[in-house]
Amino acid sequence: MLKKRLVACIVVRGGIAVQSIGFKKYLPIGSAVIAAEFLNKWGIDEIILVDIDNIARKKGVDFSMITEISKKIFVPLTVAGGIRNLEDIRKIVRCGADKISINKLALTNPEIIKEASEIFGSQCIAVSIDAKLNKNGVYKVFSDSGGTETNLEAAQWAKQVEGLGAGEIFLNSIDRDGSKKGYDLDLVRTISSAVNIPVIAAGGAGHPRHFLEGILDGNASAVAAGNFFHFTEHSPIIVKSYLRRHNIDIRLETYADYDDIDFDEESGRITKKPDSFLEKLRFEYMSEEII
Amino acid sequence: MNDHKILIIDYRVGNHQSVLNALKCLGYNFLSSARKEDIEKADVYILPGVGAFAEAMKNLEQLDVVKTLTEQVLEKKKPILGICLGMQVLSERSQEYGPHRGLGWIKGEVVRIDTNNKNFKVPHVGWNDIKIVKKDPLFTKLDGAPNFYFDHSYHFVCDDSFVSSKCYHGIDMVASLQKDNIFGVQFHPEKSQNNGLKFFRSFFNYIENNKPVKC
Repeated sequence: MLKKRLVACIVVRGGIAVQSIGFKKYLPIGSAVIAAEFLNKWGIDEIILVDIDNIARKKGVDFSMITEISKKIFVPLTVAGGIRNLEDIRKIVRCGADKISINKLALTNPEIIKEASEIFGSQCIAVSIDAKLNKNGVYKVFSDSGGTETNLEAAQWAKQVEGLGAGEIFLNSIDRDGSKKGYDLDLVRTISSAVNIPVIAAGGAGHPRHFLEGILDGNASAVAAGNFFHFTEHSPIIVKSYLRRHNIDIRLETYADYDDIDFDEESGRITKKPDSFLEKLRFEYMSEEII
Repeated sequence: MNDHKILIIDYRVGNHQSVLNALKCLGYNFLSSARKEDIEKADVYILPGVGAFAEAMKNLEQLDVVKTLTEQVLEKKKPILGICLGMQVLSERSQEYGPHRGLGWIKGEVVRIDTNNKNFKVPHVGWNDIKIVKKDPLFTKLDGAPNFYFDHSYHFVCDDSFVSSKCYHGIDMVASLQKDNIFGVQFHPEKSQNNGLKFFRSFFNYIENNKPVKC
């Protein structure tokens, strides 16, 4: 059976990876290449590289960063941000990315989805939807990193891009971005039931439980987080271990699998082992698998 | 792999770079090209592929590699591994935005994944377990039902005798196939972390132990 995917978003601004809060505030992390390398080692299922600088300053795509990242990771790489035309897509794919995700470009020129999927295949073309509940209780599509409200309803736009040949929807909740409150499950459910293509839920994950909710209640094919994966050693493995305990079919094949650890439900962190156990570990030899 | 020249056929499709990266990581020397001389000199081929079927066939024809490659693979029996779309082009035809004609090396057709079930979304994208039918030579380093990364909306339909592994996504689909010296995988070993690297290692170990037929 097809497994659920745990996806990491690396948000890039000013050439470095950042944490994004509410599409407004940004905290620096460091090199995006190193972040990707670690996430790959920690068994992430997919990486989405979102360059928000390209969007704001209308810069071109940073192809060298994509090339560098693709050399370090052996999981799928999706690139988003600042894609202007078919030629950009071609170059991104040539740099070693597997998929691209477009937002503004799709909104201004929906036909490009059709053209691109006929050249690169549907599986290569994802559409990012940044959505927010408006005053009338309707999920609306926003563009320009959440700055501009369009007149499109999120579910209706999702159906439209599916019809044009998009292969996946990368769904961001603007309100939940960086909130650590969990996904906007209503939004995720609305979109994933509206379309027959996979939906990647993003925005708000701050506890392993949130990923579980995204899968079970939101019915997402993949659950993504950005901020959550930074600053914590083995963060993807911890989430996967949590999901596996709750009977989610997910890939967990890293050397460390945390099968024997205890979770603190409240904080979502693993509990510390007794000192006597940690003391023993100092003399244990862990070999890396040779392929 | 000192005696074997690996050629990754560069026909301007996606995932080319990722395949290069994976082989580099495993320490192989290889050449990436679509020139006639290089194809003739090589001993083993990798045919990557991400994209749409018609575009891939068009590129192969424009670069004029079809005739040379067919000669080397079908007559000189040099091994070839097609990945994803690189496997689908081995078929006789594809329905993707088509029908379009393929290389026709393996009897079969590429059709849209029709699961008729909302629980099985299309494209089939993500990590899926495969059921190994024939362990040797592609899966010698993997046990049980290993998982690989898939990303496709169309699948290869052919006779069971060619199938070396299957996967399930609402329907049973071909995950990998083999016809003599012609190999194909629907999944992306270059994007499947350690399982993918082990897969490449098994493939090249097999090639190393089987000298190509010299003509």
